[in-house]
Amino acid sequence: MTAVRCINLCKTYRQGDVDIKALDHVSIDIAEGGFVCLSAPSGGGKTTLLNAIGGLDIPDSGEVYIDDQRIDNLSKGDLAELRLRKIGFVFQAYNLIPVLTARENVEFVMQVQGVLKHDSADKANAILTEVGLQGLEDRRPAEMSGGQQQRVAVARAIASKPALVLADEPTANLDSKTSDELMTLFTELNEHYNTTFVIATHDTRVMQYAKRLVRMLDGKIVDDIDQRAA
Amino acid sequence: MVFANMLLVFMMSLQFGMYGLMIDNSLKLFTGHMQVQAPGFNDEKKMRQTVPDILPLARKIRERLTPARVAARGSTFALASSKDRSFGIAILGVESAFEPQVSSIPGLVKEGRYLTSDNAAEIVIGEVLAKNLRVRLGDELTLLGSGLDGSFAATVVEIVGIFDSGVKDIDRNVAQIPIGLFQETFFMDGAGHQVVIAADDRDRVPELLPRVAALLPASAGLVVLDWNQLQPGLKQAIQADMASSFFMYFVLVILVSFSVLNTQLMSVLERTREFGIVMALGLKPGKLGRLVLLETAIMGMMGLLLGALAGGVLTAWFSTNGVVFPGMDEMAAQFNLPARMYPKVSLTTLFSGPAIVFVFTMIAALYPAVRLNWQKPVDAMRVA
Ligand SMILES: Nc1ncnc2c1ncn2[C@@H]1O[C@H](COP(=O)(O)OP(=O)(O)OP(=O)(O)O)[C@@H](O)[C@H]1O
Ligand SMILES: [Mg+2]
Repeated sequence: MTAVRCINLCKTYRQGDVDIKALDHVSIDIAEGGFVCLSAPSGGGKTTLLNAIGGLDIPDSGEVYIDDQRIDNLSKGDLAELRLRKIGFVFQAYNLIPVLTARENVEFVMQVQGVLKHDSADKANAILTEVGLQGLEDRRPAEMSGGQQQRVAVARAIASKPALVLADEPTANLDSKTSDELMTLFTELNEHYNTTFVIATHDTRVMQYAKRLVRMLDGKIVDDIDQRAA
Repeated sequence: MVFANMLLVFMMSLQFGMYGLMIDNSLKLFTGHMQVQAPGFNDEKKMRQTVPDILPLARKIRERLTPARVAARGSTFALASSKDRSFGIAILGVESAFEPQVSSIPGLVKEGRYLTSDNAAEIVIGEVLAKNLRVRLGDELTLLGSGLDGSFAATVVEIVGIFDSGVKDIDRNVAQIPIGLFQETFFMDGAGHQVVIAADDRDRVPELLPRVAALLPASAGLVVLDWNQLQPGLKQAIQADMASSFFMYFVLVILVSFSVLNTQLMSVLERTREFGIVMALGLKPGKLGRLVLLETAIMGMMGLLLGALAGGVLTAWFSTNGVVFPGMDEMAAQFNLPARMYPKVSLTTLFSGPAIVFVFTMIAALYPAVRLNWQKPVDAMRVA
């Protein structure tokens, strides 16, 4: 089964008088259990592509399929439901809920899913320990460093064991050691649960962990390398 | 919102308190809460629309209906003449012992005294009439009229009391003589025109009315009228006044609703980013909208309860201590109201205003809630 399939995606932003093609006829298939790195210079269209895959934004043209279900024509409510059940997001700007503690931020998705409070709290604590944040469970985002917040965002994305994780620069604020730990965690999840990962990054260290490396430039895919063969 | 609700409760209570007073005072003065009459008498006031054997009937009602207060009256028009002048006035024959229980006029006698017997040749008249006739206490008046059988009726009476009811019409047009004298003078043959009944509370009238009706002799074809039938103008005047003040309340409600719309819209806008995040994480916009509505509902409920509570406490305080308006004294005297107003708390005044505010609040909150459906999570999250 293909976890993600994009066909001829186009997305154009207007900035003043110029049209910017954030996505320019992008087609890509990602198999279930894939571990893909999207690399592109800043402004290359990584975030735009991830948003389209996650149904956060609707492309101007083209089709998006998740698990062979077409999603670019779903209603907002159905898209929300789809994200809730299948997709874990790590946003570029962390996007934690400021009034909630680290644990509550991680629990949030599980609570909306209807997981019992008792279970979700246990799971949240476990995940936060895995990303190296034990002892910081009760801090609010404003009381944490950028790297710590980023790890809370990662914990939130993977807490409910989604089939697909979309991560936008998950290591941008992490030192090399923490980055390595995080990527090791991702790799473990990928191997144990067959979780599909799509990670936007320009960190070469991160790219080393990927099974497949996709390079973009100005909204186009310019290179697609299977790194396992290498 | 709490403050607006409090104000609403207080104003409505004050107003209803005032209406209650107006009604009570007006009824106490003269009309009573209920009257037994011949059919048609209330509108036509014809001499021959009588209640036969009125004194025994009044006694019977009085005995069976304790603690209600009951007094019989005869009523006709006559020409009252002093040495200098003559005026056509209404003559009431009253039971001197019981009339003070159903009417405040006996208590408002300013000069002299009220009637003391049921047969003496005495009369009490209003202040204005006394002035018009140019008479004083102890002077004699000649009453000329026609009897029940159409024959000529006349008597001479001594002025023993002059009252000042504060209502010009009554002070000018009404005089009272003992009912025995009335029946004798106008050849009533034991009949009269009204049995006036005052209950201890206006609210008990609907319950008492059928009981009075059951006491009436079936053959006589008499009717019992309640205060609203006796004085239809009273309720109408109050309704007109209520209509105008409801407009004011309406404006207040609209103002409150708009301020709620504003705050709620602001509070949604302020949280655009958070809402974007939770929607991106998979909370359906519809569900989020319901949460926002729930939030408003809780806020509105608190506003309602706190407002009603604060308004209730405020009103309760004033209902024991009274409210004095500057300059009220003169006005109050003129309209036969006491100088202090006692607002009346009831479930209606306590909750109807705030409840309407609540409903409008919820309607106002619909817009920010529905607005969430139009928003794209990505756009929402971009807001810093
Ligand atoms: N909402 C927007 N309005 C206008 N232009 C936009 C908008 N979002 C993105 N763009 C433009 O689209 C292009 C692609 O943006 P995108 O965010 O996908 O880049 P990116 O690869 O994620 O970059 P970065 O590494 O800096 O995050 C950029 O040129 C950007 O300026
Ligand atoms: Mg980006």
